[in-house]
Amino acid sequence: MDASTSLPAAAGHHHPHTHAGEHEHHELGWWRKYIFSTDHKVIGIQYGLCGLVFLFFGFSLMMIMRWQLAYPGQALPVIGKWLPYFFGPNTMPDGKMTPEFYNSLGAMHGTIMIFLGVVPVAFAAFGNFVVPLQIGAPDMTFPKVNAASFWAFGVGGVIMLTSFFVPGGAAKGGWTSYVPLSDIADKGPGFHPFLNGQTLWLVGFIFLITSSLLGAVNFITTIIQLRAKGLTWMRLPFFVWAQFVTAFLLLLAFPPLEAAIVMQLMDRTAATSFFLPAGMIVNGAPLHISGGGSPILWQHLFWFLGHPEVYVLILPAFGIVAEILANNSRKPLWGYKSLVFSVLVIGFLSFIVWAHHMWLTGMGSTVSAFFQTTTLLISIPSVIILSAFFISLWGGSIRFTVPMLWATAFLPMFGIGGLTGIPLAFNSADLYLHDTYYIIAHFHYIVAPGTIFGLFAGIYYWFPKATGRTMNEFWGKVHFWPSLICMNVIFLPMFLQGMLGMHRRWYDGGQGWTLSGEHIWGLTGFQWNTPISWAAWIMGLAQIPFIINFFWSIKHGKKVNDNPWEATTLEWTAPSPPPHGNFVITPVAYRGPYEYSLPGREKDFTMQNEPVEPAERSRRAAEPALAH
Amino acid sequence: MEIPYTISTRPDTGLWNAKIGIWLFLASEVMLFGGLFSAYIFLRLDAQPGEWPHGLLNVPVGTMNTAILIMSSVTVVLAWAALKMRRYNAYWWYMLATIMCGVIFLFVKLYYEWPQKFEHYGVFLKPSALEKYEQYLGNNRRTEKGMEPRIEISGHLHNPEAIKDPSIKEYEIGLDPVFVDPNNPTNDRPHFLYVPPTDHIAKIEKEDVERIDSFGPWHSAYFASYFTITGLHGAHVLAGVLVFIYMWLPVSKKLYQRNPEHLANRVEVCGLFWHFVDLVWIFVFPLFYLL
Ligand code: HEM
Ligand SMILES: [Cu+2]
Repeated sequence: MDASTSLPAAAGHHHPHTHAGEHEHHELGWWRKYIFSTDHKVIGIQYGLCGLVFLFFGFSLMMIMRWQLAYPGQALPVIGKWLPYFFGPNTMPDGKMTPEFYNSLGAMHGTIMIFLGVVPVAFAAFGNFVVPLQIGAPDMTFPKVNAASFWAFGVGGVIMLTSFFVPGGAAKGGWTSYVPLSDIADKGPGFHPFLNGQTLWLVGFIFLITSSLLGAVNFITTIIQLRAKGLTWMRLPFFVWAQFVTAFLLLLAFPPLEAAIVMQLMDRTAATSFFLPAGMIVNGAPLHISGGGSPILWQHLFWFLGHPEVYVLILPAFGIVAEILANNSRKPLWGYKSLVFSVLVIGFLSFIVWAHHMWLTGMGSTVSAFFQTTTLLISIPSVIILSAFFISLWGGSIRFTVPMLWATAFLPMFGIGGLTGIPLAFNSADLYLHDTYYIIAHFHYIVAPGTIFGLFAGIYYWFPKATGRTMNEFWGKVHFWPSLICMNVIFLPMFLQGMLGMHRRWYDGGQGWTLSGEHIWGLTGFQWNTPISWAAWIMGLAQIPFIINFFWSIKHGKKVNDNPWEATTLEWTAPSPPPHGNFVITPVAYRGPYEYSLPGREKDFTMQNEPVEPAERSRRAAEPALAH
Repeated sequence: MEIPYTISTRPDTGLWNAKIGIWLFLASEVMLFGGLFSAYIFLRLDAQPGEWPHGLLNVPVGTMNTAILIMSSVTVVLAWAALKMRRYNAYWWYMLATIMCGVIFLFVKLYYEWPQKFEHYGVFLKPSALEKYEQYLGNNRRTEKGMEPRIEISGHLHNPEAIKDPSIKEYEIGLDPVFVDPNNPTNDRPHFLYVPPTDHIAKIEKEDVERIDSFGPWHSAYFASYFTITGLHGAHVLAGVLVFIYMWLPVSKKLYQRNPEHLANRVEVCGLFWHFVDLVWIFVFPLFYLL
């Protein structure tokens, strides 16, 4: 790696000029400007569009699975006929899903949603587009590294997608790729030694990890080095803090998983036994392996990433929601300092809780006492953040704009997800709930109606900055309400199914299992699959208004000024869309990020680049409570 | 558009961008190798008695490679210092020396250390057969002394066709010196490769054999970690060498003439990376060669 090659290689040719971007604008062709761009805004948008496509694709995989869960063994009407043409003949013969294909769908749904959908949108897209603007920077510190990050992500994504089309289909071991299953799956007759689902999953992952590593280095350096004059640490918008901590999580948690992935790759291609104990019997025949490996080792390395990763998924959403809540309640964010402190504590603690995903491995009471304690500790800052958000609403003059709808819905949804995590923190309760639908419900409440609502909030909120136009409000609401209702119809019953003991990876949706015949609220555990599935499909339809609204508004949305939401942070001082180099006048920050409704002012918002007037200064001295 | 602080430092942080960048990158590298070394520790603690081999690697050669890497860490600093003093010629020579050190290191790995392992075989005996081969193993004495038993006989496989051919009933192994004289205390801390196998041939019946494998990554958790970690480390050395070559070629002289400080910064950043690669080896060497 050579970080310094990212320095503008052509530095010598450039002359400092005030209208920074223009000169280059004329030189760059269409390809350099929109495809192989090094501009953080273009890269952000590229990440965003790709991420959204992956999110929809990953969701579609789940919509197919939901048929099998609600109507196990029945032929999928209409599309069941043409899916085999797409995914291959052995996936849905006669429209009926094979168990192997079901497993591929499950594994790839998780992988795609998390690593190709949410992380690219929440971290890379919003981070790239918004962070430099919010800190008043002309771009990222390493623009070429930034582009390299996007293209590494692209290669990783293509490899993951390609894996659907190799003989035997995509990886089947779940998004966690537990061993020994993943070591021995997709091998033998009918499989290519390298071009098989699981091996491609591993190779694709190496690219994705490289991508987020490059991104993380860039984000942290940018936030440290390129803050505008006067933008001290405690004047940073909370969103920037959230991205800062997220970047550290990606930077430090992903490499151990990369180590594990290299080892699994060695196990699969170089016949090592990192994760295989001696004496393995596969299909009735003993494996010729040295043994001496440990499946638990994989779990440790995986969850060492896996837990910080769940905070990678949620922290950017916290950041987005914070901006929108302050903006739409026209009030300073309540407890800014404790929010910052909490997010730092979360960042730190998330490295020492990972084994709470492994209670079933029998780690002994000392170790499990340690991890139970840290897991409970980490819920404290999460609760602080959520409470601060709720209090921020108190006494505000709330405007229910579309971004605000999503942001407000985020709060209780995240709350449900977080609170249902508490029982899981105790190994005695988790022994029962582990690997049931309860777990699925717990984390989906956080990432689906939680994070993804946060992402939608952010898209509606910053869309005018990227395009100079707003998205349509009415269709935004048509998108919001069905999504909110469906999300809850999907995930709430899963808690009940889980408490009945329904396992999260069953191919027949629990049809063959007696206890799923117990009734809850009039339906058996198994029968609950049907309303859940219908809600999932309706929610798929509910995304259509969004897709149309999104593309239509780029050209035809209502034209707005540079600061349509009357917000305070620096990105709103740049033109919409910002030119290459971002700001017409390099911004200087004179105040904190959320100076809404300052007393004694005409407007109810005071932007960060507005100097403090002498009169205001004496007023502030008299009322220190308002000074933050 | 220019990005601020690419070459000069930002007053309140006192740093230029790439310097922060490289330290962050190295932090992630620490976690990467940290993950691999933890795996090593985990597997080693998990190993059954006799499963974890000792003393299989060539310590003198490893020591030499360690010295070469340390030397290159010195020359890269000298190269940087020469640039700071604006002495391009000295820089050029020091850089060349650094590159040569890296190349020699890789050469020793790829043409000497790695290949010889693939031609060396180990036969793991079934627990029930250990007694039968006591003359090669010397386990009675080892048990008495409280040492881990030997469960493997290694050396040169004289009839490699035996691996595939079921009609051949035994392996003929040209024994490594340890197994010729297993009770000699000098062999307690075992042999170093590459000491050539002796002419003493042991015949080991296939039905006594649990498995036979060459000393590749498939041989044991030990060799799995050895090849993976040294392989990844080697890839880092290679990357460093390639970047240094770029900085040593005439293109970089042009940068030097335009902005010598810029080149000095680049060398500093890559030098930090190089020190890190060196540091990783300082862990690899004792873990695999000595302990
Ligand atoms: C706030 C307090 C939280 C607690 C105490 C908590 C606790 C837990 C525990 C103990 C598990 C393992 C359960 C099992 O597998 O048996 C778990 C699973 C999970 N949690 Fe949480 N959690 C919390 C918040 C979060 C957050 C904020 C996220 C994500 C943004 C999250 C995402 C997940 C995911 C993805 C899984 C399942 C992983 C899998 O097995 O596939 N959790 N949680
Ligand atoms: Cu966790």
